[in-house]
Amino acid sequence: MFEMTRNVLKNLMGKYSTRLYPFDTREPFERFRGTLDINVEECIFCSTCAKKCPSQCITVDVKNRTWTCDSFACVYCAVCVESCPTQCMSMYPVTKPAAGEKSLIFYQGAAKIKKPKAEKPA
Amino acid sequence: MRTILPFGPQHPVLPEPIHLKLVVEEEKVVEALPNLGYVHRGLEKLTDIRDYNQMVNIVERVCGICSCIHALNFCEAVEEMMKIEVPQRAHFLRVMWSEIHRIHSHLLWLGLFADGFGFESLFMQLWRIRERSMDLMEATAGNRVVISTNIVGGVRKDITEEQKTWILAEIDKIEAEVRQVEKTLLSDYTVKSRCCGKGVLTKEQAHQLGAVGPCLRGSGWAQDARMTGYAAYGQLDFEPVVEHDGDSYARCVVRFREVYTSCDLVRQALAKLPGGELAAKFKAKPEGEVWRRVEQPRGELFYYIKGNGSKFLERVRIRTPTFANIPPLLAMLPGCDLADVPVIVLSIDPCISCTER
Repeated sequence: MFEMTRNVLKNLMGKYSTRLYPFDTREPFERFRGTLDINVEECIFCSTCAKKCPSQCITVDVKNRTWTCDSFACVYCAVCVESCPTQCMSMYPVTKPAAGEKSLIFYQGAAKIKKPKAEKPA
Repeated sequence: MRTILPFGPQHPVLPEPIHLKLVVEEEKVVEALPNLGYVHRGLEKLTDIRDYNQMVNIVERVCGICSCIHALNFCEAVEEMMKIEVPQRAHFLRVMWSEIHRIHSHLLWLGLFADGFGFESLFMQLWRIRERSMDLMEATAGNRVVISTNIVGGVRKDITEEQKTWILAEIDKIEAEVRQVEKTLLSDYTVKSRCCGKGVLTKEQAHQLGAVGPCLRGSGWAQDARMTGYAAYGQLDFEPVVEHDGDSYARCVVRFREVYTSCDLVRQALAKLPGGELAAKFKAKPEGEVWRRVEQPRGELFYYIKGNGSKFLERVRIRTPTFANIPPLLAMLPGCDLADVPVIVLSIDPCISCTER
């Protein structure tokens, strides 16, 4: 019956085992997958991420060069980050903040610079 | 006079919705009829539109507690079908993560069980210990529960030497802290009076009704899918935990002692962890039929997979341990007091989202 007494006393006298979240937050672990982002300047709009994504939350418009992610459908598995051929996507160890309404992560890439065609000899 | 009482789908002791129609005669349960289907999500059907690599992430979400082990089973089945040789290091890391998962699942259940018979402070204590195992997963794999480390061919994440030392230290702490509450949970008079002799499943009944996991081992059968030696279990020293009483208390003791076995298996796996590759490269497409079973915290998990040579599998059939444990539960309930129903229902560790997928 008294086995718990030691624990009870320790809990009463010791430090709090919980935090006053969100005022006091813990340092996140280095590998924690919290938020997804893309460096759109390096993106080649190959759609590999959109094809590999298990929750199909990424849409890549090759023609208009846009990259859209529904962060509320994303499951933070980091499959896209690993499969990206240019390594331009990354996961940050920051918890996604709570939101009042759904929003999309949208990026517009710069227009593709067309290679000048070799001029035909006249 | 007979009365039919609805138990669930919403009930304080049930974390997930299962509906039991209890036929009650003067506070004694005469018969129980289950009603399933409240959280059916159609995950097996998703195989039509998601390829086998994406399915790994989907089967992980069948169960919110033992996600890693679902992925392990699926990957092993696909690997067997495609004849992929998985690197040894991946096998040992898979064992490590599944055993950490087992520790967290059992501590979660032990806490819920304590809460089920009204021991709130013990529930808090056990969940506090569980938090250590969650940290282990978050630091090594990147997420607390759905860790997504298994892929077809191996694992995605590696552990460093510092992490290895830290994991071993944390496992020691978990074991020491669990040992501290052992007497409170297993020798307390009040706890025993709520669990001993409640919901007895005899050895014959357990076999005939096809009980699995701690439910089966609590009734005296030394049967554990880990004995088949999948992943790296064949190279580790392992003995299943067996109790002979077959009541709620025996099932509780089995789970409690399995936490120690899991701690031991993590230590063994890390001690024998070989170097080398994390995942094998392959080019084949899944073709043929394969079934595979592994041991989940709740019991034996069964996967049947059929491939047709394309990247989409033709059929994925999942039989979860709770599905197998519902018939034994219905055999345990008749004859018990109405007040004992929550404890008995909890004692099979019901995971309904698993069952209905």
